[in-house]
Amino acid sequence: MALLGLLDREPSHGYDLKRDYDTFFGRGRPLPYGQVYATLARLARDGKAVTGETEPGAGPDRKRYSITESGKDEIETWLSEPVPAEPYLQTDLFVKVVLSLMLDRPAEPYLDAQRAAHLRRMRELTELKQRGDLVDALLADHGLFHIEADLRWIDITEARLTALADEVRS
Amino acid sequence: MTIVSASSGVEVGGVILEAQGLVLSFGETPALRGANLSVERGEVLAVMGPSGSGKSTLLYCLAGILVPDAGVVRFDGRRLDDQSEKERSKLRRDRFGFVFQFGQLVPELTAEENVALPLLLGGTPRAEALTVARGWFERLGLEGMECHRTGEMSGGQAQRVALARGLVAQPDVLFADEPTGSLDSLNGEVVMDLLTRAARDQGTTVIIVTHEARVAAYADREVVVRDGLVTSTASATR
Repeated sequence: MALLGLLDREPSHGYDLKRDYDTFFGRGRPLPYGQVYATLARLARDGKAVTGETEPGAGPDRKRYSITESGKDEIETWLSEPVPAEPYLQTDLFVKVVLSLMLDRPAEPYLDAQRAAHLRRMRELTELKQRGDLVDALLADHGLFHIEADLRWIDITEARLTALADEVRS
Repeated sequence: MTIVSASSGVEVGGVILEAQGLVLSFGETPALRGANLSVERGEVLAVMGPSGSGKSTLLYCLAGILVPDAGVVRFDGRRLDDQSEKERSKLRRDRFGFVFQFGQLVPELTAEENVALPLLLGGTPRAEALTVARGWFERLGLEGMECHRTGEMSGGQAQRVALARGLVAQPDVLFADEPTGSLDSLNGEVVMDLLTRAARDQGTTVIIVTHEARVAAYADREVVVRDGLVTSTASATR
């Protein structure tokens, strides 16, 4: 969907789309060329994009793609649709705590270690934010807020461990 | 071990502040039950913990504001807990800086006079103190606010002025108690960014008490205070 969105700016070659995707959304995971062209072919097949006249030269980049009205509608809809909220905590985290208590082991050391690991990642993201541009900061913030939510869960779980232990052992 | 940073030329490394077995009760209520902590010179340390865990009490003992019932606090190799109030007061004025949750600026003074306050109290001539103070306004994005009073500034601006006041005298240690506690996320970020950058530039050791992980993430290391004890540490390499 990001590629179709980028195509909504102006007709583009696959190469340009890949470059912009990698710059804004790739974040260290560049999109393989194969995937770019497979996606563009699928968009063309589904009537979301069309290819212009084939330009002289060799290779797949001879084609310039344009978005269609149907493609524009799809982007319009997608941009306004909220993503489903994901209220599910990291399953491993929850299972480790409950199992520890069931097995009569203390859960605090695990929670402390998990807190330290989360904070370590938050420090890395904060450094990235301080060093990088606004796009980096935006992405880092997204990660920071999500990790922070886990941390709050860790704190409140730690405060409730005694009650939780009683419940899972009964 | 003392190391001089190649980038800033300031001294880093070596223990600057140390607490051993701190015990302090308020009436029947114990706040610290034998807390230990060691802070390196030039380090930015976050002290975390739930409300009532004793984290602010620990900060105030380290800063010589409170005196522990038992235990030892050492600053720069010298015991602080057995000094007189007069000596500790001088130490706080000459070597420490403070930032609190609410800026606590003097409302009768202008922003630049507030920033200059630690220098004036330390005996710097007024004109010179104000010149140094003004230098902080551009650095903290407060140009043009030099003559404003507390009522004419937003919470974020007032907190940046308080930050400048905390750092203007180039203290060895800056103590910050929930410095972003009264600010929204974005202003809190700005204050933390400026605080850590400025402190690292001049080699000031920083101890920040916070319950917010996002604030602690600006530090080099965090400790967690729980039930009056320092219970865990996690360090980072910068």
